[in-house]
Amino acid sequence: MAEDKPKRLTDIGPPHYEKFLPPIIKENYGKWKYHEIPRAGVLVHTSDTGAKLYSIRAGSPRLVSTKKIRMFSELADKYSDGYLRFTSRHNVEFLLTKEANIEPLIKDLEAMGHPVGGTGTAITSIVHTQGWVHCHSAATDASGIVKCVMDELIEYFKEMKLPGKIRIALACCLNMCGAVHCSDIAILGIHRRPPKINKENLSKMCEVPNVVAACPTAAIRPTTHEGKQSVEILEDQCMFCANCFTVCPALPIADPLNDGVSIWVGGKVSNARHEPMFSKLAIPFIPNNPPRWPEVTEAVRNIVEIWAANARKHERIGEWIERIGWPKFFKLTGIEFRKEHIDDFKHAGLTFKRSAHLTY
Amino acid sequence: MAVEKKYETPLLDQLERGEWPSFVREIKMAAASNAMSNDLLGLLEQSYREKLGHWKHGGIVGVMGYGGGVIGRYTDLSEKYPDISHFHTMRVNQPAGWFYTSDALRGICDIWDRHGSGLTNMHGSTGDIILLGTRTEELEPTFAELTALGYDLGGSGSDVRTPSCCCGKARCEWACYDTMGLTYYITNKYQDELHRPAFPYKMKFKMSGCPNDCVASVARADISIIGTWRDDIQVDQKMVKDYAKNGTDIVQEIVLNCPGKCMAWDGNNLKIDNSSCRHCMHCINVMPKALAPGKDRGAVVLIGSKAPIVEGALLSSVIFPFVKIEEPYDDLEFLTAIENMWDLWCEEGKNRERIGEFIQRVGLGNFLEEVGLEPMPEMVAHPRENPYIFYEEYFEEG
Repeated sequence: MAEDKPKRLTDIGPPHYEKFLPPIIKENYGKWKYHEIPRAGVLVHTSDTGAKLYSIRAGSPRLVSTKKIRMFSELADKYSDGYLRFTSRHNVEFLLTKEANIEPLIKDLEAMGHPVGGTGTAITSIVHTQGWVHCHSAATDASGIVKCVMDELIEYFKEMKLPGKIRIALACCLNMCGAVHCSDIAILGIHRRPPKINKENLSKMCEVPNVVAACPTAAIRPTTHEGKQSVEILEDQCMFCANCFTVCPALPIADPLNDGVSIWVGGKVSNARHEPMFSKLAIPFIPNNPPRWPEVTEAVRNIVEIWAANARKHERIGEWIERIGWPKFFKLTGIEFRKEHIDDFKHAGLTFKRSAHLTY
Repeated sequence: MAVEKKYETPLLDQLERGEWPSFVREIKMAAASNAMSNDLLGLLEQSYREKLGHWKHGGIVGVMGYGGGVIGRYTDLSEKYPDISHFHTMRVNQPAGWFYTSDALRGICDIWDRHGSGLTNMHGSTGDIILLGTRTEELEPTFAELTALGYDLGGSGSDVRTPSCCCGKARCEWACYDTMGLTYYITNKYQDELHRPAFPYKMKFKMSGCPNDCVASVARADISIIGTWRDDIQVDQKMVKDYAKNGTDIVQEIVLNCPGKCMAWDGNNLKIDNSSCRHCMHCINVMPKALAPGKDRGAVVLIGSKAPIVEGALLSSVIFPFVKIEEPYDDLEFLTAIENMWDLWCEEGKNRERIGEFIQRVGLGNFLEEVGLEPMPEMVAHPRENPYIFYEEYFEEG
């Protein structure tokens, strides 16, 4: 007699979040009145009825082992009846109802190597991508640079001593898997040489029309190589974005000698005061210097501290630069202004300074 | 089971010092008992030495019946690091707002320790739980265990990607609609579109409860749903005076920072001309005990944001200036309108053309016409400056 096989489950979607909400949240859902941040890493939300929810935020490397997740779970059992969450920027938060549990939890987290902070005007976790850990198109490593920059700026994670909010993000290539294009400081992996064409195998590995269409500057033309379909790249028109490689593995572009990172500043996604804006180029190229990338961490620290010393309260980097002007930004930070800083993609003309509003 | 092979990792070891938690320590923790993570250490050390990644473009792998949710990944050094010859990623749709219980997390860890590398990302940028690294033959059994526990895969490829949201009404006093409720609804409504890629390219939904936009919806989502209100900001004048007494410089910090230039402070009363309020959240951010969003709450829906590749980065632009978001969500008209937009985009969009790029190519005016929406001034920062107008109406002789 044939056994009844259990029906294979598909299309069930995620579990309902209600399963994971602590009672205090269920009871006060939509009824929160205000919040305070008594110290970095501690949010206190008070509801209409006076109930208080304490969220303790600790840094996390995003890449976490199951062992670490189990350790977080144990801490949650010990201090927050098992309730915890993760944030949109990879931090972990424990949801406490007992104020007395805050200090011991912070001690345990710090002993475990997870500093508490990242709230308000602190620097919080750097949103980042896979890098050399997992990505086929990485021009740099992501986790490594993030570790180094956060180590360098850890005092600003643990204390809220900056004038305004600051969000740092990193993408290991121009695909920008995360809102790198709108960050106060963005670190972006880049290439500086065109791809090498694998003429022998391209016709087997790639669809030529897709490759031609993938190029933002129309630098790729179809051609033949010994009777086989291939492409040619007009190298003067190539700006090394690697989108052709994304659609065609026969166009490798990674180059240890010339790959590196660029630094961008001044973006934001929130609507507070100023509308959202894109990040702008600050430093075109810093070579990859693993494992600690000292030039990158120094460059980021420099920008953070010049901003912190000169900005008004609440002013994010982009708003501060808008007030003082870009020439002053380059002067104060000591960053060299070069040809690369001037846009040359479509609508580039809209970015030129077309007024007499100059500072001297 | 203890892993025998030991890799020397002098470069990676240097990333174990310092106060920020170390991802190298995480990999080593997993590698102590997992051969895949152990080989990952070796490969990563080599990458650090060579300044070069060693992963190939992913192949087509997945679970039966789904076209997304699994990112295929193979190393180009499979002979040297055989335990990561396959190192696929499974995306697991997270619970809305990333809330968990310790038991729930342990359940996922148990499954992953049985089938994969023991390494995860909590979470990926889109929002999924990332189970980082397993072999092709483990995909189906892992999927079976995940669904038995009540989890499902997220999106990948040219489909609806896993929707994500801020913590909204679960914790935030500024949530102008139930971000988690709407996200759960949308995720379930579009399960087919999420698991079976049928679009020209990816399509992302992100839900923020207020214009602070804590999930960066305006920058990262094709459909950005940002909570807002349309009536007067709620003001507790007594608390405003309290802030003033306790060191907040109401004029410098708040009045002069208002983008609508609509506030005035005379030392006693904070006056707000709400007709010019831009709902930017700044004044509320600074004085959370004194100010709050209005009571007539809903959301602004924007469309089209994306990263630079191919035609340049875009922020989403306004498509519905204000919608009420209340249950039953089945009645939400703007979702029907979005489905009409999908139909048009699927029909006329090019391969790998995001909907934002599609709108740029065909023109927003034409796009609105095709999906039956009226042009509104809220949709533009300002009217056109160039006079190249495609006039469609004209007179004829006689």
